[in-house]
Amino acid sequence: MPDKRTTEDEVVAELRDGMTIGIGGWGSRRKPMSLVRAIVRSPLRDLTIVSYGGPDVGLLCAAGKVKKVVYSFVSLDSIPLEPHFRAARQAGTIETTDLDEGMFLLGLQAAAWRVPFLPTRVGLGSDILHVNPDFRTVQSPYADGEGLVAMPALALDVALIHMNRGDEGGTGQYLGIDPYFDDLFCSAAKRAFMSVEKVVPTDDFLKEGPVQSLRVNRLMTDGVVEAPNGAHFTSCAPDYDRDETFQKTYAATAKSPAAWHEFKAKYLDVSETEYQQAVAGS
Amino acid sequence: MSARTGPATRAEVCAVACAEAWRGNGEILANPIGTIPMIGGRLAKATFEPDLVMTDGEALLVENIVPLGVDDPPKVVAGWNPYRAMFDIVWGGRRHIMMGASQVDRFGNQNIAFIGPSDRPKTQLLGFRGAPGNTINNKTSYWVPNHSMKVFVEHVDVVTGIGYDRAADLGPGAARFHCLPRVVSNLGVLDFETPNHSMRLRSVHPGVTVDEVVDATGFSLVIPSDIGDTRLPTDDELRLIREEIDPRGLGEAEVPSP
Repeated sequence: MPDKRTTEDEVVAELRDGMTIGIGGWGSRRKPMSLVRAIVRSPLRDLTIVSYGGPDVGLLCAAGKVKKVVYSFVSLDSIPLEPHFRAARQAGTIETTDLDEGMFLLGLQAAAWRVPFLPTRVGLGSDILHVNPDFRTVQSPYADGEGLVAMPALALDVALIHMNRGDEGGTGQYLGIDPYFDDLFCSAAKRAFMSVEKVVPTDDFLKEGPVQSLRVNRLMTDGVVEAPNGAHFTSCAPDYDRDETFQKTYAATAKSPAAWHEFKAKYLDVSETEYQQAVAGS
Repeated sequence: MSARTGPATRAEVCAVACAEAWRGNGEILANPIGTIPMIGGRLAKATFEPDLVMTDGEALLVENIVPLGVDDPPKVVAGWNPYRAMFDIVWGGRRHIMMGASQVDRFGNQNIAFIGPSDRPKTQLLGFRGAPGNTINNKTSYWVPNHSMKVFVEHVDVVTGIGYDRAADLGPGAARFHCLPRVVSNLGVLDFETPNHSMRLRSVHPGVTVDEVVDATGFSLVIPSDIGDTRLPTDDELRLIREEIDPRGLGEAEVPSP
């Protein structure tokens, strides 16, 4: 078994301007935030972010890292609309691909299965096809002749995910109630990097959770970063809940450039270690 | 917690109107989004539609009535329904969702994505979420807590959930699973049971006049001559809402009493 252990900054050193990066989790839940913060610290730019979006998208938009967002929602859950993403949209500083949540899944699945598209009824009749004029429909080759949307593959250069536990070989384990789509993000990507709350010996996985919780196998991953509290301020149940107080502070920084710069100086222009110290002291 | 007493509030009338949307649905997933629809869904399951399947609002299917706004409520867990599994239910059609609408037009086209142009919206809202997939695959009703000209519009800025005119344009094959049973608002109940599926006022909530609804709607509604009031909750329904489903009265915050 290989040893894939690495660090946030080493992962970010593998990324390039203009890459398409998929980010796991859902809304403000189990997001690989320490990796997102490392991107914010880097000189990277013009990224296309593919995400069931939460503060990952908002932070990267506010930090000027984003050219395009592929999304069906960007939400902080307890705060329904992500304010930094909203601001970027309303300022016209980012492009978007607007998708239905299920089309998003099919796009990742198509990329993972290495097919150019997957057919679906979803999108027919809605303005998905108007806001995405490059999307095409196909006709069933069978007797029904039904017209369907050909959801194109959402091929990712890199996927970033956060799991509760992992081993040094790159197997990942979620211990919460929902796996979200993290394994699919990894499978849809050329390379995938996983942060975990704790790296454990492989033999300990089944002491942590049932075999079904081993959703990410090591064929899917290229690097493992041990990042305790790495999903902060999003939830990482059962290890910790969302930090609602901190999330409110973060959301409020969309109200003024001064507030954002103050937040950025305190929490983002610092190392992950310093971030965790600042959060513990706040 | 003091027990609420007295006649039904507007919020409670709305909750019963939402519950009625699931009447006769049988063994499908009732999937309410929003406080009043959640009260309504639980009420339907607790009374006249016991075979409904419901979630705890997260990834579990539960058989008991889970109260709103209560920390760690007891749950009789009967299934695991992570986001990925929800698509299997939606695309298989065994679901009736009631969701919100930032804008809705006379044929039931819904917008929850954004207001203004798609490349630089004036107001970014939720995004498309699951609306295109919901409306092409399973029953979709709408809940509007603030019936106004801003919501009930002649034309929506972007179609996220498809209405009857869009469905008709697709032809009977592609649109065979499209169905919009109800629109419930804080003023009344509406449906599309007209020859061309143009929105009709089905009932007004007690204390609301037809003119009030017309004045708050940005297109002309079909108004039946024999329009009546939305039914009041029964005593049993009021007790269930106040004691078991919404003990903290969260519904009153979504629809304050006029």
